[in-house]
Amino acid sequence: MCTYVVEKTPIAGCGSGAEGWFDLKEANVSYDHPFNAPYEHALNIDFTNEAEGPGARVAVELSADSARALVAAILEALERGEEAERREMAG
Amino acid sequence: MPYSTDQYEGLMAETVRFTGHQGDAVHGYLARPLGAGPAPGIVLIHHAPGWDTWYKELTLKFARRGYAAICPNLYDRVGHGAPQDVAAMVRNAGGVLDDQVVDDVAGAMQYLRDLPYSSGKIAVAGTCSGGRHAYLVACRRTGVDAVIDFWGGGVVMRPEDLTEKRPVAPIQYTDALTAPLLGIFGNDDRNPSPEQVDQHEAVLKAAGKDYEFHRYDGAGHGFFYHDRPAYRQEQASDAWRKVWAFLDKHLV
Repeated sequence: MCTYVVEKTPIAGCGSGAEGWFDLKEANVSYDHPFNAPYEHALNIDFTNEAEGPGARVAVELSADSARALVAAILEALERGEEAERREMAG
Repeated sequence: MPYSTDQYEGLMAETVRFTGHQGDAVHGYLARPLGAGPAPGIVLIHHAPGWDTWYKELTLKFARRGYAAICPNLYDRVGHGAPQDVAAMVRNAGGVLDDQVVDDVAGAMQYLRDLPYSSGKIAVAGTCSGGRHAYLVACRRTGVDAVIDFWGGGVVMRPEDLTEKRPVAPIQYTDALTAPLLGIFGNDDRNPSPEQVDQHEAVLKAAGKDYEFHRYDGAGHGFFYHDRPAYRQEQASDAWRKVWAFLDKHLV
């Protein structure tokens, strides 16, 4: 099944691709056929800079459970990291 | 004539360009048996993962069976690079326009028909989104002598699934279908689900169309893909026999 389910968001940062680091401009989050992961559908994230062409892409293909765990880990790391920054700023 | 080990075999395969949607030059992978022909033609419409190795090998497989086979790169316009990167770009854009695909496949059919060794008979076939596209082409263009839909999801569509790129459910075009249709489906598939295949079959039957559907237990989506966990050897082998018999009947 092709779900055509994709969510796009602009992002800032950099990614390391086949030819080294490049500026990231978009994250494309899809739930559709993966190219390589052994699932019929996967949560795929393409970190891209579409203006630089198809090769400017850092890709992951995750199981749904892994994707949820990743979201939780990202949020947890952000919360702890920002809390550490606040403590540091407060002196 | 069945193959014998003392017989000469020769193939030629190469990248070509043909005229597609809006006059664009589109790449295709062409494979054909050597010799003067005549060879029937088949356009192989790739799946959502793109113009990839599996489809190049599929093109060679049909050429070994005596067909002039072409697989157009439906993603030609977004740029070039590794097939997965190109296909990801299309996925992130929500797919390709139905109208563009129909014109590109019609262009590939014309390319085959113009070859000096063409028998003049042309089939279209595809898997997954390519199965849906094959059905769409067979309904919307003339000159298709046979069509094969391998588990094409989205032939039956809910109104809320229609988009600018896919504005009409292909099943709506069924009255215009003139070519015989072969459908290959896994009963564990979720799109097309067995209920959607039932619905498609009911419409074909009511319209008096020439079709045969083969539906396999223990198989889901993409059960021909020998490099994926979805592969089901027994079901795929049987379905391939159905494919060759169907094409022998309608194209050779």
